[in-house]
Amino acid sequence: MTTRTEAAVWEREELLTGCQAVAHGVRLADVDVIAAYPIRPYTEVMDAISKIIADGELDAEYIIAASEHDQFEIVKHASSVGARAFAGSSGTGWMYGFEALVVTATDRLPVLFLVGNRALDDPGAFGVEHNDALAVRDMGWLLCWVTTPQEALEHVLIGYRVAEDKRVMMPMALAMDGAFLTHSQHLVRIPTREAVRRFLPPYDLGERRLHPDNPISIAPQVNEDWVMEIRRQNWEAARRARQVIVEAYREFNAVFGDVYSPPYYFEEFMTEDAEVVLVGLGTVARPGRTAVRRLREKGHKVGYINLRWFRPFPTVELRESLRRFRAVGVIDRDFAHGSPDDGGVLLHEIRSCLYPVRERPVVVNFISGLGGRDISIADCMKMFEITQEAAQKDSLDGFVTWVGLRE
Amino acid sequence: MPREEVVLYDKIKNVRQTPLEEFYTSGHRTCQGCESAMVMRGFAKAAGPRTIAMGSTGCMYVANTSYMTTPWVIPWMHTQLGSGGSAAVGTAAGLRALMRKGKIPAEKINVISFCGDLGGADMGLSAISAALQTDYDLLIILYDNESAANTDIQATGMTPYGAQTTFTPPGKKHRIMQRRWKKNVAGMLAVGHPTCRYVATACATFPPLDYLNKVRKALTIGGPTFIHTFDPCPKGWDYHPRYSHELGELGIKSGIFPLYEIIDGQVFYTYDARKERIPVREYLIRQGRFAHLTEGDIDYIQKMVDEMWEEWDIPGVVPVRGFLKVADRQPASVAD
Repeated sequence: MTTRTEAAVWEREELLTGCQAVAHGVRLADVDVIAAYPIRPYTEVMDAISKIIADGELDAEYIIAASEHDQFEIVKHASSVGARAFAGSSGTGWMYGFEALVVTATDRLPVLFLVGNRALDDPGAFGVEHNDALAVRDMGWLLCWVTTPQEALEHVLIGYRVAEDKRVMMPMALAMDGAFLTHSQHLVRIPTREAVRRFLPPYDLGERRLHPDNPISIAPQVNEDWVMEIRRQNWEAARRARQVIVEAYREFNAVFGDVYSPPYYFEEFMTEDAEVVLVGLGTVARPGRTAVRRLREKGHKVGYINLRWFRPFPTVELRESLRRFRAVGVIDRDFAHGSPDDGGVLLHEIRSCLYPVRERPVVVNFISGLGGRDISIADCMKMFEITQEAAQKDSLDGFVTWVGLRE
Repeated sequence: MPREEVVLYDKIKNVRQTPLEEFYTSGHRTCQGCESAMVMRGFAKAAGPRTIAMGSTGCMYVANTSYMTTPWVIPWMHTQLGSGGSAAVGTAAGLRALMRKGKIPAEKINVISFCGDLGGADMGLSAISAALQTDYDLLIILYDNESAANTDIQATGMTPYGAQTTFTPPGKKHRIMQRRWKKNVAGMLAVGHPTCRYVATACATFPPLDYLNKVRKALTIGGPTFIHTFDPCPKGWDYHPRYSHELGELGIKSGIFPLYEIIDGQVFYTYDARKERIPVREYLIRQGRFAHLTEGDIDYIQKMVDEMWEEWDIPGVVPVRGFLKVADRQPASVAD
């Protein structure tokens, strides 16, 4: 990054939580309509946004909704008239609004949502679990995890840019681990409005904008006549999104300096000569990378891969990366009940992604950190140990391990 | 908050003054004699072309708006069953933000969201309530055909006491399966939302022009407004389609459906059933859905309707006296 670029694009540094960083992203994206409804832990973003609006730093309609369903429908309809819109939720709140989440995707409206990941009731737990956000994975959403407040702020801008691209037009769920990121403070560089304007074009729905000058009918009943074609169009958009995402990161780097490196969808840590890697979503990257450093000191050839984008899934890029290793340990902060391998959601995606490769790495799975339980460095060391052992075995028996479980 | 520019509509004094332009035209496939379709046609005609309409799931979605044959000349968008209120708020908020920020030209655009009784009075009630607390200019129309008429006539919270539906069939043991009394939605919303300046009930065709003028009044007064319409439904109520308008008239004249408007808290009866009412029997016996009622059932319904007009504090609107009274002593405990 050159000094010249730095001076032009970064305004100041501030100590911000993940939620507060997203609020600044919303401010810089000049969002027009925001609908709020409280649920921990995402809700702090709405506290921060309401103060930003009260102080006159963002000109937006701020609506306190009557439920998550109301909240998500409000932003969906605001988006349909051409307003850039923002909402968010966590856990059961996200599920309460699920019907609205489905139609936002099928209406192809590029609203950005923050999902502060939270375990689903019952029993109640405020802590992180990824099953909430993962529930939209088959619904036509863009779904991405961030691991620091800095990334969170930047991915609000990257998210809107990808979602609103004419080739995409899909809603975007920006997921972050409850508590571990929503409420943990980091020093965040805040970009200038001018730099953001250069990166993020205005939202333009074009000929789909609902307005008396453009009297269209949106989402009439189609029945068996047209649903297949419409589903196919949705899929084409998701497919095109893969290229648009790469373009967005390149453009982000061009404006803000080289912040992100290819393949952008995920970032690798000490994988160059690694034999065994762990793959995870979200803040587990931190203990994961620390474990890598400690094991490297002892001479183990290990690495860590932090997966950012879950939808669209970076199938080709991840396959090309993972086929280099002897064994892959997949960390799931979620669980897929009754699934083929009785493991996590990410496990199944990665195994499926690797299947076409003849010489596949061994894949094992770790269920850990459910309900907000800490995943420690020691837990990650144990995961590496099990993955290294699996690399030596001829066949795998019981390759899903619950790590950190009281037994 | 600055209010959007207000468009003043002229009162439609007679049929000849009714605008000729239609903004809800051919292309829908509603049933013969569908009164809800008249509600659609009426609000579009009264509001005119600078209007955005949203429709909740219900017959006025499924039967009304098929892909590539839309009847809507004005822009229209589907919204979910329980989000009639949310759709209005989101649309109005989006327009206001875009106009204030100079992203679209500033002008008055009517935002009208309609929902059926299943969507509006049951599932979507909280979202409508939230919409009526805002300061956006929007109109929510609850078109009430007293059942989930699109899914095969199932009972809703708005189905009248005793009516037969596919969820409430009369049987050998239970003659009456619909034992719930119809919910008083307009009254409840008027009482519960003190900053809402206009709440009305209406029937698309009786008295003539009344509904069109109520739509215009709601749009002129501004802020969040609400109209509850009474829509006879040949399929759901079981009568010949030619009698739709007549049944609307009978329902109002018998006092079963009170007709009024509330402007800034003042109640105006647009058909005054306090003064004169025909017996409810004349309305009930015209419909197959009440064919299993006994004389005793009809007497009970008559008694409830009479009470509404004779006992209530605000007859036909607010059911306070007879239900709620300020007690003059402490409540007796169970042990007493």
